[in-house]
Amino acid sequence: MLAKRIIPCLDVDAGRVVKGVKFVDIRDAGDPVEVARRYNEEGADEITFLDITASSDDRETIVHVVEQVASEVFIPLTVGGGIRCADDIRRMLNAGADKVAINTAAVFNPEFVKEVTERFGSQCIVVAIDAKQVSGEGEPLKWEIFTHGGRKPTGLDAIEWAQRMSDYGAGEILLTSMDRDGTKIGFDNALTRAIVDSVPIPVIASGGVGNLQHLVDGVKQGGADAVLAASIFHFAEYSVGEAKRYMRDQSIEVRL
Amino acid sequence: MTQRITVIDYGMGNLRSVAKAVEHVAAGNDEVLVTDDPELILASDRVVFPGQGAARDCMAAISDHHLNRAVLDAAQSKPFLGICMGQQVLLEFSEENNGTELMGLIEGRVRRFPGGTAPDGEALKIPHMGWNQVHQGYDHPLWAGIGQDSRFYFVHSYYVDPEQQALVAATTDYGVRFASAIADRNLFAVQFHPEKSADAGLQLLRNFISWNPT
Repeated sequence: MLAKRIIPCLDVDAGRVVKGVKFVDIRDAGDPVEVARRYNEEGADEITFLDITASSDDRETIVHVVEQVASEVFIPLTVGGGIRCADDIRRMLNAGADKVAINTAAVFNPEFVKEVTERFGSQCIVVAIDAKQVSGEGEPLKWEIFTHGGRKPTGLDAIEWAQRMSDYGAGEILLTSMDRDGTKIGFDNALTRAIVDSVPIPVIASGGVGNLQHLVDGVKQGGADAVLAASIFHFAEYSVGEAKRYMRDQSIEVRL
Repeated sequence: MTQRITVIDYGMGNLRSVAKAVEHVAAGNDEVLVTDDPELILASDRVVFPGQGAARDCMAAISDHHLNRAVLDAAQSKPFLGICMGQQVLLEFSEENNGTELMGLIEGRVRRFPGGTAPDGEALKIPHMGWNQVHQGYDHPLWAGIGQDSRFYFVHSYYVDPEQQALVAATTDYGVRFASAIADRNLFAVQFHPEKSADAGLQLLRNFISWNPT
């Protein structure tokens, strides 16, 4: 049976992992290669790098990070952040990334997704969706796509947008609840469920994980195919292995 | 003994990942070469044939790079490992792109997953993406040191259905039970991505580079 995937996410700024603390047996928790190696040893099913580099001068560093990680970590690698054109995708894939996550560029130019899935194949194009609930209490649930870290509304309905991106050939949806991101109170499982039920492609739930039960809920309540988390792994609150055993004990199929 | 392992480059997919993984398991004096030169392919000791993308594009790329004969020769004469589309194109015909003629080395077709719902209610999404179990059909040198039903990483929407069941070296269940590995003398071909399958995948590649089929 196909296993549910656990995906640790690393925020990378100018080639360094940010928000990290020292792992006991890692010399440099800021080194993406060391952290990726550690997650791989713990049994991560994939690793996602989110490049949050603000300065365009330092953008190239993520390419080197991917190259180094891909030479020693042999699981699927996804890179997101700052992917704006086909050339950015080609460079990431050549560096050793297996998938790229496209977010803002898709919102500004939806046809971009169609173009690059045709060119590179659906299997390597993940569309990242940042959604926020916009319905009030008592109203039917409704979520809207936001850009710029959740600050800018786009007027796009999250379900319709996910369907459109799937129609355009996206291989996967990386769904982040901007209401939950950073809160540690769990995924927005109603949002995940709404998207999962609307598209035929895999959905990765993201945003809000604070404990291992949240991962289980993302799969069981949200119906997610994969769960992504950053801080619980990065601050070494839990290892990826612990997360998987916890999920297995709740009858979720995982790779152990 | 030093040997040359060639990864065939025809512009389709993640051959760098494949080359990196092969380099990782190769001995220090092994040479790992990424090339589309038919002469170099035929002169090498082992050949890895990766591939990603749509069937028609893959066939067009093989033809554009004048690789048809070299691939067929290598697949019949030296240790040869097909990966993903590098497995599928060895068959005769694919349902993809409204029907695509393939290389025809192995009798059989490439079919699309039925999708739908598994008996446990789980949706069988297409592509089949993620870690699934590979059930080894029999002892083969490439399975050495790899546990029965180990998980490997898959991403694909079509699967091979060879006519000769004797060629099926492993099966995987995803709505249908399909041939996730096929083997014929010097040829081994897998639907999953050993280069992305962590320890189990690296072990398979390690087995491949020391495999001496008789």
